[in-house]
Parts: sequence; C-alpha cells; structure tokens
Amino acid sequence: MDAVPISWYLILSAFMFAMGVTGVVIKRNPIVIFMCIELMLNAANLAFLAFARQQAQLGAQVAGQVYVILVMAVAAAEVAIGLGIIVAIYRLRDTINVDEMNLLKF
Amino acid sequence: MEELLNNPWIVIPLRIIIVVGFVLAAVPVLTWVERRVLALMQIRKGPNRVGPAGLLQPVADGIKLFFKEDVLPERVDRFIYFLAPAGFLIPVLCAPAVIPWGPDDRLTPIADVNIGILFLLAMTSLTVYGIVLAGWSSNNKYSLLGGLRASAQTISYELAMGLSIISVVLLTGSLSMRDMVLNQQGSLGLLNWHVFRFFPLGLIATGIFLIAMLAETNRAPFDLPEAETELIAGYHTEYSSMKFAMFFMGEYASMVTISAVMVTLFFGGWLSPLPFAPFTWIPGPLWFLMKLGVFIYFFIWVRATLPRLRYDMLMKLGWLRLLPTALVNLFLVAIVLWWQK
Amino acid sequence: MFGQILFITMALVIVVTSIGVVAVRNPVRSALNLVANFFALAVLYLFLYAQFVAAVQIIVYAGAIMVLFLFTIMLLNLGSPSELSERGDLKRPVTWGLALLFVIVLAGGIFVRLGEAQPTADDLGTVQMVGKFLFTDWVYPFELTSILLLIAIVGAIVMAKRRL
Repeated sequence: MDAVPISWYLILSAFMFAMGVTGVVIKRNPIVIFMCIELMLNAANLAFLAFARQQAQLGAQVAGQVYVILVMAVAAAEVAIGLGIIVAIYRLRDTINVDEMNLLKF
Repeated sequence: MEELLNNPWIVIPLRIIIVVGFVLAAVPVLTWVERRVLALMQIRKGPNRVGPAGLLQPVADGIKLFFKEDVLPERVDRFIYFLAPAGFLIPVLCAPAVIPWGPDDRLTPIADVNIGILFLLAMTSLTVYGIVLAGWSSNNKYSLLGGLRASAQTISYELAMGLSIISVVLLTGSLSMRDMVLNQQGSLGLLNWHVFRFFPLGLIATGIFLIAMLAETNRAPFDLPEAETELIAGYHTEYSSMKFAMFFMGEYASMVTISAVMVTLFFGGWLSPLPFAPFTWIPGPLWFLMKLGVFIYFFIWVRATLPRLRYDMLMKLGWLRLLPTALVNLFLVAIVLWWQK
Repeated sequence: MFGQILFITMALVIVVTSIGVVAVRNPVRSALNLVANFFALAVLYLFLYAQFVAAVQIIVYAGAIMVLFLFTIMLLNLGSPSELSERGDLKRPVTWGLALLFVIVLAGGIFVRLGEAQPTADDLGTVQMVGKFLFTDWVYPFELTSILLLIAIVGAIVMAKRRL
C-alpha cells in the first residue's frame, strides 16, 4: 500500500533531529543555530506525519496534519522575532559570535 | 502505438517536453511582439530589418547572446553564481504544469492536482531565490541592493496576490485550477466569469491581481530592480551571455505563466464568452490562447504607458493600499457568500 | 517501484543536506542546504498523504522563512565563513559521536516497537479535510495561533526599529 515501511520515516526524522542538535551545540553563528532549530522542528513535523499515518481513526490522522500546520505557524513567528533579536544584537555589539554573548546585560 | 501512449514513463516526459517547450518557444516570439508593439505605441517602427517585418530579430538576438563573451568575475561565489539563473528559471518553468488548457482531462499539461493554486503560489515564491542569490553572489554592492529590493518587492506583492486568489478560492470551493474554470461555466457566459461576480468585488479582486501580477514579474511600472538607469542593471549586472539570457527568458516565461493564471482564475480559462452556437465552435484551447494574448498585450501596453514607480511608492502601494483592500474584499466576499446560503 | 526509488532519492537528499547544514562553514551555503532539505521533505510529505501540508511547507518554509534567513545573512554581511575551531577542542568530535549514538538508539527503539500503516480515507490530506477539522475540533489552537502571529509581527517590528 505504501512505498516504504513507516519506520523508515521515523528513522529519518531521528537523524534530522540529531543533526539539528549537533548544529546547535557546535555552531557559533546564531543564524546557523537558528537554522538547526528549524531542522529539528522539521524533524518533529515528519515524525508527526509518520505517526499520523499509523493511526486508525480519521480524526487522529488529520490531527497529525493539523499539528504540523500549527508547528509551521509557530516556527514562522519564532523566526521573525528571533532574527529581529539577532539584528538588534548585531547593531549593539557589532558581532554575533555566541561565545561572546556571555553577559546577561551588556 | 496505443500502449506507447498509455505508458506513463513515456507520456509524462513527453508532456513535460511539450509544456516546457511551449513556454520557452513563446519567449522569443514575445520579444519580437514586445518590441514591435512598443514601437507602434511610440509611433516608430520596431525591428524591421532582420527578416520580413523583423521576424528573425529574436534569432539574431539569440545568436548574439550565444556569441557574447561569458565573463566570470573574479571574486564571485562560483557555485551560487551558476545556480542563481537556474534557480530563477526552473520554478518559472514548473508553474505551467497545472494550468488547464481545455475541458478534457488530458489537456492539463501534467496533472490537475487538487492543490493546483497552492502549487502555483509556491512556484512564484521560489523565484525570489534566483534573484536574491544572483544579487548576493555577484560580490557587488549594486547587485546586492538590486537583488534585495527586487525580492522585497516580490514578497510584498505576493501577499496581495494570495489574498485575491483566496477570494476566488472562496467562490469556487476548491483549490484545483480545473474546478475554478468549471465554476465559471454557466448560461450567462461572460457574466459568470469570476471577474463579474458579486459586482464590484470580483472586479476589485481582479484589479488587485492585475497590479500584483505586474509587480511579481518585475515589469513596468514596477521594474525598478532591473531598470538600466537605476542601480546599473540591478541583480543581473554581473551576468553576461547565456546566464543573462536565462534571466531574460525567466522574466518573459513568468509573464506568460502569470497571464495564464489570470485567465484561468478570473476570465474563464478555456470557456467562450457566449455559450451558444458560433462561439462554441472555436475550441477551448484557442479561446485560452486568445485571452492569454490579451493579457500579454496588456503587459506591453502598461510598459509603454506608465512611468516607473519609485521604490518607496511601490512599497506603500503594496502594503498600505493593496493589502488592506484585498483583506476587505475577501471579507466582503465571505459575507456575501454566507448571506447567499 | 518508482515510489521506492523516489523515496530513497529524497531520503538521501535529506541525509546529505542535514549533514551539510551543520558541516559547512559558509552560512549562505548552510541556508541553501536547508532549502534543499525542505524540498525533499515536501516530497516525503506527499508520500504520507499530506498534500496540503507539503504545499504549505514549500510556500512557508522554503519560500518565506528561508528567504528571511538569507536576507538577514546578506544584510548583516555574515556570508563569510567565521568559524574558528580551537586547537585541542574536544567539543566537535564528542558531539558528532553522541549524535551518532542518539540516532542508533532511536533507530533501535523504532524497530522494537513497529507500528503499521493504517488504511486511510481517500481525501485524507486535502484542504477540505484539514480545513474541516481545523475549524471544528481545532478552532481554539487555530485562533490562538493567529494571536501568536500578531504578537510576532508586533514584536518583530519593535525589535527591528531604530527608534521607537
């Protein structure tokens, strides 16, 4: 019925998530860290849809997709504000290396 | 032969070739048409030397572009520099896949997906990448500014365009392009088209889509990003020869595609204006082509007539005038539809 | 069969581009890798009977959010690679190792408790179906999300202004 077993989607999602976490830990550029957070969010979206495919009831199946849409909206909002914060920090400190953002108040 | 034509591995690549070929073949024809029509409007003759009535002018232009030296500036980011024109042209060529040419199922180039209009919105929003990457990779401040301006313009007018499309979606109840044309069938012919529904609301939605259409394709009067007298040549300053030709082709191809979308959404697609005898003898695709021609002529007409908009006026128009109008229009369409139930 | 080939191709694209987002030094290249990742994901969403979500993924994520990222990188002129790796720094290899361990453990867990794909209604992922549920069962989250987006708009404008 399906092209591949659903577990493959979940493994892919786990891989993407692990890569996202690696990026957040390793990278120094906050924009790239942000991108890795988006990668994690997308991994979660893929997991949602894969699990939705494993449900029996129509309500639960569509619930997975509704969740994904809500996650996308939240991610869009978060990116807008996060990038605004990064731009504001850049204007203030003229650097955005996260290793140098170690004071709670400048 | 029959089973050859039913084999999807053969039919689908053939269809792709036909639709991409048609759009790309329309580009040189359009360049000739544009130059002659502009000349006509400016009371001069256009190209008339290169062939009978200048018909071989596009061929001459093509040969010239091929033979131009392909300059590769020194400090560009090579991968992105090569990627950008393709990134601009490919989504533009993918877009006509869902536009229906006729009532038959096989007359939609690739497939009539049930999210057709979303697919089109996705493809038009992807052309932003080509512009932004071209401006960035050229390692040139003017190109970067031109690229950022052009993409900001595209994004701003995408909103108004999307909202006017949603009004049509509300009227149709489906996102499929074919359903939108079928919704415009009726005994009143011309008056059933979406442009004339709910009297001024359809017209306002069409007007908004018209203006947004001009801004999305970076055509006059919104062509500040690529005007020769401003910002040198904008985001395609550092491109020469065939890469520049790809930007050029992309612009004309997107003109064709977006006129096709306008015809499908608001002006009845393949339907003839009057639903009785002598008009219905003309086949659907021919009507579609005629309406497409009208809108392409409109693009050229506006270019000859209106002066260029300054960038802040352009942004104000998009955000302060079109967006609220589109929202109010959508709201009113929804109210009228609810009241009719 | 075509489905399996397409899935394997898209899965490869996802794997390579996810590693690419983290491993390349140039932020612009990172962003382009992420865009390719989102495209491949949209194709996978189509496999999972989620057409509307796939289209929204391209329009919102690949077409708007990533453009915003690229704008910010270009405006702040951060395109030049700026990663300086310190000598004797154990952070990178340890993190890659732990990530690998994480994937292996999760994959093992997934194989231990396999679920099966259930039969679906014909119009599972269409706009009509998603819209029906979004406006009946999920109307509260929907409205709250719209308020969230309003907050985000106001917040972004306040953050980015030079003078309030």
